Amino acid sequence: MPSESSPATVAAPGPPTLPPPPPPSVSTLFLAFAKMSVSGFGGVLYWARRAIVDQRRWLTADEFNETYALCHFLPGPNIVNFSMVFGARLRGIVGGIAAFAGLLVPPMLIMTLVAALYAHFGEIDMLRRILGGISCAAVGLLIANVLRMAMPLVARRDAAGATMLVVVFIAIGLVRLPLAAVLLVAIPISVVVMLLTRKGST
Amino acid sequence: MNSNPNPLSTLVWTFGAMSLFAVGGANAAIPEMQRIAVDIHHWMTAKQFADIYAISQLSPGPNVLIVTLIGYAVAGAAGALAATLAMCAPAAAFAYYVSRLLARKSASRWPAVIQSALVPLSIGLMGAGALILAQTADRSPVAALVTGASAVLAFATRLNPFWMFLAGGLLGFAGLI
Repeated sequence: MPSESSPATVAAPGPPTLPPPPPPSVSTLFLAFAKMSVSGFGGVLYWARRAIVDQRRWLTADEFNETYALCHFLPGPNIVNFSMVFGARLRGIVGGIAAFAGLLVPPMLIMTLVAALYAHFGEIDMLRRILGGISCAAVGLLIANVLRMAMPLVARRDAAGATMLVVVFIAIGLVRLPLAAVLLVAIPISVVVMLLTRKGST
Repeated sequence: MNSNPNPLSTLVWTFGAMSLFAVGGANAAIPEMQRIAVDIHHWMTAKQFADIYAISQLSPGPNVLIVTLIGYAVAGAAGALAATLAMCAPAAAFAYYVSRLLARKSASRWPAVIQSALVPLSIGLMGAGALILAQTADRSPVAALVTGASAVLAFATRLNPFWMFLAGGLLGFAGLI
């Protein structure tokens, strides 16, 4: 099912023999990712799933989860990784770059404009107060996000995972150690702990 | 490092390295971005960092584009472009190669093991980000109340976050925060 499609180069748009909709052209990929990227605020994942699985049927729900899970465990912004991997899966590396560019270029232009406005007007007292209020709400959302993600650990009574969570929280949030140093120590420990604690269950 | 080198190369180097260490995505990298932008390089104040975090949450596009705002603050439009590409391209290239590698020899159990080992770490990182931002944003009882209320609402309901941003913005506008 992963249509071992065009390798490094994008082959001529040969007619695919598979029943699902034909792979999108490179420009379609660019436009589709541009659209989902500027569709809403608070993250692109929701819109990506809607467009790719529900509307265009480029992937099944399982294939989407599988591809996204890979991008979630790799470093870097998940949805950006996803655009690259997904585009490359359909259209080779050029497709990957098209999806990557579609995802990033339009919102980056918007963001640059906003940054210029902030640089100009950011010191105006009214704007400072409004942004201050919005920051408070945004932090609340982040806390909710953290709690949601931590719920499965709590439900599983995963003491080892919870310990790792707290140690990283303290090292980064309170002691303010550099990220790279913390992860270089924490990742190997966490992997070993995971292997040891899983041995019994699997 | 303090000899004031070309700001663009500092941006590229900083975010290029962060790109490959940003386990758990953009929100998990918030503490490191704050540490670098506010504490190390003094590109902005903690208040400005909390501001641009709010702006990045309000704007369309992936959350990682907070680096566009940081880049702009450092070196204008060129800085915005440099920071964004440096933060996104190395990780995307790495993801591309790993996905091709995994497509060839599937059935490896390592991705699953590493993934479940990384989950608690990225939650801890995001929690640290929330703490750091809260220390800047929540300077008054009302501010802390807004944070607490939106945390509870966002956790327990499916209310659109827009309404919480609106409420926070209005309270700020009214000078209550």
